[in-house]
Amino acid sequence: MSTVLLHVASVSKSFGGVEANRDISLTVNEGSIVGLIGPNGSGKTTLFNSIVGYHPVDTGSIRFQNKEITRLLVPDIARLGLLRTFQQTRIYGKMSCIQNMQISMPLEEHTLRSVFKALPKKDMQEIEDMLAFVGLHSKRHLLAGDLSFGQQKLLEFAMALIAGPKLLLLDEPTAGINPTLINGLIDRLKVANQELGITLLIIEHNMRVMMNITDHIYCLAHGTLLAEGSPEDIQNNQTVIDAYLGAH
Amino acid sequence: MKIYHYIILLLALAAPFLLPDYRTQLAFLWVMIILALSWDILGGQMGYNSFGNIIFFGIGMYTCAVFQRDAGLSYYPALLLGMGLGGIVAMLSAVILGNALLGMRGHYFSIGTLGLSIAAGELAGGWDFIGAGSGMTTPMFPGALGDRDIFFYFLFFAWTLVTFITLRWLYRSRFGLAINAIRDNEDKAEAMGIYTTRYKVVAWIISALFLGVIGGGAGNIIGFIDPKEVAFSGSTFGVWMILMAITGGKGTLWGPVIGATVFHITQELFWTLLLGWQRVALGLLIVLIVLFFPEGILGWLRQRYPQRFAANSIKPDQAS
Repeated sequence: MSTVLLHVASVSKSFGGVEANRDISLTVNEGSIVGLIGPNGSGKTTLFNSIVGYHPVDTGSIRFQNKEITRLLVPDIARLGLLRTFQQTRIYGKMSCIQNMQISMPLEEHTLRSVFKALPKKDMQEIEDMLAFVGLHSKRHLLAGDLSFGQQKLLEFAMALIAGPKLLLLDEPTAGINPTLINGLIDRLKVANQELGITLLIIEHNMRVMMNITDHIYCLAHGTLLAEGSPEDIQNNQTVIDAYLGAH
Repeated sequence: MKIYHYIILLLALAAPFLLPDYRTQLAFLWVMIILALSWDILGGQMGYNSFGNIIFFGIGMYTCAVFQRDAGLSYYPALLLGMGLGGIVAMLSAVILGNALLGMRGHYFSIGTLGLSIAAGELAGGWDFIGAGSGMTTPMFPGALGDRDIFFYFLFFAWTLVTFITLRWLYRSRFGLAINAIRDNEDKAEAMGIYTTRYKVVAWIISALFLGVIGGGAGNIIGFIDPKEVAFSGSTFGVWMILMAITGGKGTLWGPVIGATVFHITQELFWTLLLGWQRVALGLLIVLIVLFFPEGILGWLRQRYPQRFAANSIKPDQAS
């Protein structure tokens, strides 16, 4: 049995009168790829935001590597190795792709010296390899803001990978990406998981992607956990079909 | 160092002897360059438009003058130590103000700093220890009048070099990338594990150091410190430092230097040639620059001739 990396226990979060998440529990095992699906507005991104500390939860607890992270701040959680990408892609638009990657590289030691010294040249090979991995090597000197939306998504993915997280939360990684590139992205997600050893928790509407790569899926609807199980179970679960997938 | 570095250095060393009539203005050019460079740390590189940087200039000015008045040292050590102390006090102020104000973003930060600079002038004008509304007079220079201008010229030139070289190094470090990241997307920077508030406060402290030291010197070359017209003069130096950085090209290393030089020369020309209308001419110039060069002189050159003026970090084959 693999070890539990992330454990969300009975988390609830309301915005005014809207219950975005109600009593949600989920578990992500180390080394797995877990999917999170549900209709628009079902609370998927709210749950992501709660996990990474973007806003405090009302009740419940979140544990990462057996450490209570419910009350930690965003950068503290990120430094534990829990990173997320954004649904509305966020990159540093007026910096080149290489600079975007350089600032995403983790520091070996958090001292004043390492912050103020010249950027280490030895990182460049790793950065170029990673940009090549996502297919942006030829764009590396361009400003990130000049890339297309799909390319910005790939850049954001590369930035997350080079930061070396243990768990990466991906918010709709294939949305807005050219369908022919999606296959490539699926392969890259698998490589990230198997070769770089990064556990993935993915929000995604593309069911083909989800069936293809996930080990386990959680389905949300109206802020509550509707169902969980293997991709096959979810695909055949009548409540999930009614609420989200539709008859087919 | 490249060839144009040597040319600029040579010109800077020769200028006070080539143009002996303009030594005071030339010395003041360095003050203007430092004002623009240190504003650009936050305003250009970090995307935080501060209208309050003038207070570090004023704090340095008063600290130095008080030290010169009360320390009982002879002229040169009192001046140099006073300028250093001005820098330190300005930095300490930046620690306190930074932690209080840099939690605010965008326009809120700008408005907060604007209030701060106005309040500082009012406070200084009501404090007897520093001369209140009647201001302070700095000590007389012990040597000849001609020597005085040469002395300040090279003193300010040295501090400008220190400022420029320090910033050049900072902008090539992780620190530089981090404040650029804060400018481009602060939420993303936080989500990637960057302690943004810490970087923001440190950036302001660095800015305050350069301003505080040169403030002490500027008080001495002006000779008289008025709380609202000189030290905390938001409507002159406070606005000029922003205009100079924008004119030259904010967010670049050379932009503020170019902007300050162009601004200072045109301003002096307007004073000489268009007396009575100099403010109008200056205003028109600003409008023209914003209309036709919104990215500043250097920004415009970069768009026009990307090969020749591209930022070092964007040039291929350089790992910045």
